[in-house]
Amino acid sequence: MDMKTITFAAALLAAGTLAASAQQLAPSPTLDAIKARGHLECGVHLGLPGFSFANDKGEWTGLDVDYCRALAAAVLGDASKVKYTPTSVQQRWPILQSGQVDVLSRNSTITFSRNATLGLNFQGINFYEGQTFIVRKKANVKSAEDLDGASVCVAAGSTEEKNAADWFRERNLKVTITNFQKNDDAITAYDSGRCDAYTAGVGALAGQRAKLKVPDDHVILTKPISNDPQGPVTRYGDERWQLIVRWVLNGTIAAEMLGVTSKNVDEMKANSKNTEVRRLLGAEGGFGAMMGLPDDWMYKAIKQVGNYGESYERTVGMDSPLKLERGQNQLWTKGGLLFTPPFQ
Amino acid sequence: MDSGSPLRSGRNDGWPSAFPARSSIVAKAFAFINDKRVRDVFYQAALLIGLVALLVYFIRNASQNMVQAGIASGFDFLWRTSGIEVPFVLTNYTQSDNILALFWAGVANTMLVTVIALVLSTALGFLIGIARLSSIWLVQAIAGAYVEFVRNIPLLFFVLFWYFGVIAALPAPRESLSVFGVAFLNNRGLTIPLPDAGANFKYAFIAIAISCLLHWLFLRWAKRRKEQTGKDAPVLRVGLVLLLLVPVLALAWATLATRWDIPVLRGFNYRGGFVVIPEFVALLAALVTYTAGFIAEIVRGGIQSVPNGQIEASSALGLRPGQTLRLVTIPQALRVMTPPMTNQYLNVLKNSSFGAAIAYPDVVSLFMGSALNNTGQAIEIIAMTLAVYLVIGLAVSAFMNWYNARIALVTR
Repeated sequence: MDMKTITFAAALLAAGTLAASAQQLAPSPTLDAIKARGHLECGVHLGLPGFSFANDKGEWTGLDVDYCRALAAAVLGDASKVKYTPTSVQQRWPILQSGQVDVLSRNSTITFSRNATLGLNFQGINFYEGQTFIVRKKANVKSAEDLDGASVCVAAGSTEEKNAADWFRERNLKVTITNFQKNDDAITAYDSGRCDAYTAGVGALAGQRAKLKVPDDHVILTKPISNDPQGPVTRYGDERWQLIVRWVLNGTIAAEMLGVTSKNVDEMKANSKNTEVRRLLGAEGGFGAMMGLPDDWMYKAIKQVGNYGESYERTVGMDSPLKLERGQNQLWTKGGLLFTPPFQ
Repeated sequence: MDSGSPLRSGRNDGWPSAFPARSSIVAKAFAFINDKRVRDVFYQAALLIGLVALLVYFIRNASQNMVQAGIASGFDFLWRTSGIEVPFVLTNYTQSDNILALFWAGVANTMLVTVIALVLSTALGFLIGIARLSSIWLVQAIAGAYVEFVRNIPLLFFVLFWYFGVIAALPAPRESLSVFGVAFLNNRGLTIPLPDAGANFKYAFIAIAISCLLHWLFLRWAKRRKEQTGKDAPVLRVGLVLLLLVPVLALAWATLATRWDIPVLRGFNYRGGFVVIPEFVALLAALVTYTAGFIAEIVRGGIQSVPNGQIEASSALGLRPGQTLRLVTIPQALRVMTPPMTNQYLNVLKNSSFGAAIAYPDVVSLFMGSALNNTGQAIEIIAMTLAVYLVIGLAVSAFMNWYNARIALVTR
């Protein structure tokens, strides 16, 4: 072999390596693990009707559960391949930090200190929640300001616990706050007369109200005292997995925006002229492959679970017992706050 | 014995014989490492070093992993504002204090319920234990049934039973039970008047403490005089004055001289005063009724361990049954009872953490519940909580060991 041949071979090898590395994706241990075990591990609430709730057959339903299902459909092609881990307020962060779940979809509020100190990233907002109170009708309370002197039951370690303390203190109202370890314990104590009010998010209360002995004796105050955006959470590291978690949520919102539903998704994929729809559903652009997923990732998710709006109406909206208005959880084009960056 | 004996051949072929007495240094070295005391020290030192190395490895590993996962570590969080409202505080804690103050508020609540439960469960346990040995069949049967019932039910059940029982039994604030118009009992708790300033009570308690000290000195003096001269001192009269009259007068003066913050019903509940929350009452009741069942058995066992001859001898000397119990049986039974009682006392301390199940703001509920969730620093917080139980537990153990040594039978 003369010198020329060696140089040529080396150059060829270098070019080949470079070409191969351009095709290569950043490693994603989480995604590899999910594919290897064949199901997604999803952390959810212990039982919050409308958000994550196991029915009498043991099937999980709810808005947060629907997100897990969409993610499983996008990653594994099957929305039913999810194992749900119910978590209490106290368990939710350690279970995610320690890697026992791949993602936490558990009406958890996004806050600065959680993001900065817990090693957790919030990947978007799937529910704009606001904290309010449930009180007895006969107590004649019209707004939170009327609660001066009252006892309030709350779940310990929740954002509500601190919010309520701050809110009453700022207004010089004397309120006794009793902190329970679980939401359900706090509700039971409220129901048995220990407290004048129980505080949680508007959406959470709409679901939890059904747990009271006589739901009609109680009223939920309409004006929220806080702004508690909630969404799926991942731990630091594994950027590609974070990308997938974020864009599956964005994809369900984009689908509603673009008018793609579980019913018309086949027809849209085949016939739509809209390039964003075509990229979303994998008809062009190869977006799935950029994250290491099949190109029909969002097609599968929408086909099996539906877009954000369908999910909302079925779980917490007008087609559910909770009957929550879309409100802030409406698309920004229709007066709400829901927004997604473009699929471009 | 011939040379074929296994013992001989073992000695000749074994390694010591490879280094015969020619070199005395080598022999000394072998004598040193074969010394049992040296070996003991060596093995213990090796074990200790191994354990410390393992601990250091775990700590380093955990902190490295946490840094990698982006989870905050260290104890800086203790100086962050807590922001948590606590319904039942003995310290000066307020919502705007730091997390360390929240920790101390939790520790104080844990200690309060533990100490009161210790005293009450001992009293109740003694009562039931003695009742189990009663000669009246009904008393004995009831006490026996109580012990069997209590010992076979989980504590959590007791805690929840008392909690929801207490809340359900108490009236709503508007129908509160009034105690002489100054204290009010309802399902938000017992609201009692609080002195506007505590100075008068401080003086009163100092006076009571001095009077108790005087009484103790007087008793010592009286005992010594009786031993030396045989003269009786007016023990009862002096005792009445020092232990009853002085405290009553001091407290009465403090009560009258202080301005009181009497609770008034306004809006949802009574305002002012101090609220003893139902969670405290329920937890205390659960701990006392539960532990008393175990203490009763210890008391029964202790009393039965005293030989019958002792009781017969005391009857023969003309002591009445009550005196026999107080002067002969119990002092001897205490020696048997003290070690298992230490266990029960430690159990009370540890079981007080069940308060977290019913929102009693103890160190577990406040620090391991609320603060842990707000900061996410699980390792630091759990280690600190562990240290609390360890320190209090060791203190209880040390006291009980001292007491045990004091009452132990002195043998020569």
